[in-house]
Amino acid sequence: MKTDFIINAAKAVQQTIITNEHTLESLDREIGDGDHYINMKRGTTAIAGMHIELASLPPAEALNKIGLKLLSTIGGASGPLLASFFMAMAKMLKENGDESNLKFAEAFAAGVQAIIQRGKADIGEKTMLDVLIPVADQFVLLTTQNCDVKLVCASLMHTAEQGMLATKSLIATKGRAAGLGERAIGHIDPGAKSCQLMIEAVCNLILKE
Amino acid sequence: MKKFINNIDDILIESLNGFATAHTDLVSLHLAPNFLTRKNKAQNKVAIISGGGSGHEPLHAGYIGYGMLDAACPGHVFTSPTPDQMLAAAETVHAGKGILFIVKNYAGDVMNFEMAAEMLPFESATVLTSDDCAVVNSTYTSGRRGVAGTVIVEKCVGSLAETGATLQACKALGDKVNNRTASIGVALTSCTVPAAGRPTFDISDTELEMGVGIHGEPGRRRETMREADEIVSDCVDAILTDFKLRNIEPAENKAALLLINGFGATPLMELYLIYNTAAKLFNQHGIQISRSLVGNYTTALDMAGVSVTLCLLDDEIKQHWDSPVHTAALRVGM
Repeated sequence: MKTDFIINAAKAVQQTIITNEHTLESLDREIGDGDHYINMKRGTTAIAGMHIELASLPPAEALNKIGLKLLSTIGGASGPLLASFFMAMAKMLKENGDESNLKFAEAFAAGVQAIIQRGKADIGEKTMLDVLIPVADQFVLLTTQNCDVKLVCASLMHTAEQGMLATKSLIATKGRAAGLGERAIGHIDPGAKSCQLMIEAVCNLILKE
Repeated sequence: MKKFINNIDDILIESLNGFATAHTDLVSLHLAPNFLTRKNKAQNKVAIISGGGSGHEPLHAGYIGYGMLDAACPGHVFTSPTPDQMLAAAETVHAGKGILFIVKNYAGDVMNFEMAAEMLPFESATVLTSDDCAVVNSTYTSGRRGVAGTVIVEKCVGSLAETGATLQACKALGDKVNNRTASIGVALTSCTVPAAGRPTFDISDTELEMGVGIHGEPGRRRETMREADEIVSDCVDAILTDFKLRNIEPAENKAALLLINGFGATPLMELYLIYNTAAKLFNQHGIQISRSLVGNYTTALDMAGVSVTLCLLDDEIKQHWDSPVHTAALRVGM
């Protein structure tokens, strides 16, 4: 993974958030407080605008800078959670090296682990982790098996979508929707949706290159 | 949506500037990162910092001043502030005795204040407020929400801090007040987050949302609109049941503070009508309402609705509730 790719990915992520304004906003109005889109737009726009200061940095340092920027721009729960993801991912890449897809997958998994710890949440609680945990597991598994990168991307996009759709039938036990009890059933979690969209955008970028 | 706005991206800064200008004798505004502090820095006391999403005014900046907060960190509308704000505020107000954060129990606020506390170069403690008893089934929740009872916590802890009490003592009092406080909210309309431009939830003219949160989060259930006394009676029952379930007993004199809080678009006339009923009903249950507060103290933008908060007083809480305070939104005895 190169820093050039991270910069392009940041732009792709910002683009997919903006394109899906209506979806994200209506999902959050159903079971949240209606600010998810605004916060994600603010955070991803800040990241997309960092290309000049990131360009000369090694990938790990670029990701750490992204984490700190998200921490000070998103707010809400998404800010510390996504910041923890990028900061842990950066730390892992720095310690473990960044020369292979497997190392990248392991760093991604370390990032997801940081979200689990910061949010004190796990799979099945109707959060972004319902997308991120299966994707991280699948990512590590496929790259361990030296799977072709195109197949990895296709598989991760599918896994992300399945995880996102699965939140529809769950009761929320973490996050804003937790107060809703059974009334949250039938609604997709907005955080899971935005994670799925971002994973899809990054995978599509890899497939295009 | 019809609101007083120039540019949607400027509403927070313009509002903060207005607040700071209107209360220039009390507060100083710091921008990028955004936080407000007392005009005159307090010395040799625990510094009390609160914060949270904007849209709940006068919470929290309205409670900066003698006897209450040292600083407040406003986030975007209904969005937690970020750790850089807390860190900058702490640097400014730290007065040698540590930092006490008062944080409403929402995942975003908790995580942002937690990361700030981890990065902070000073000793710190946190009081999490969780007075909202609307969410009954604890297996489905990440915890009770912090709502209007937060004002009572900030008032009492702020008073104690002025005496030079330790960080541990301030935290202990904050936890006690929170524990002895219960709230429940009712919404008649939704609120509209300015940047979203549409009501957060749909509710018809014949419905009410029982147990609503201060961001328009749905509560216990959607009900058909009824007369005020019946609605208030359900609120009173919910609060008394909550104290019972948590084994919180009134003190011997059964004294309590009753706070009737408007969410932003309910007239004071109706708030006093609700106070009238709530006070009577609590009295019928043997609770003596010896202190009262009625008004818009923890709002939810332009939501029409009310929350009922009862704080079971003991001598210590009563003393700190009665002590002098001078802030933009609460001024007693000075």
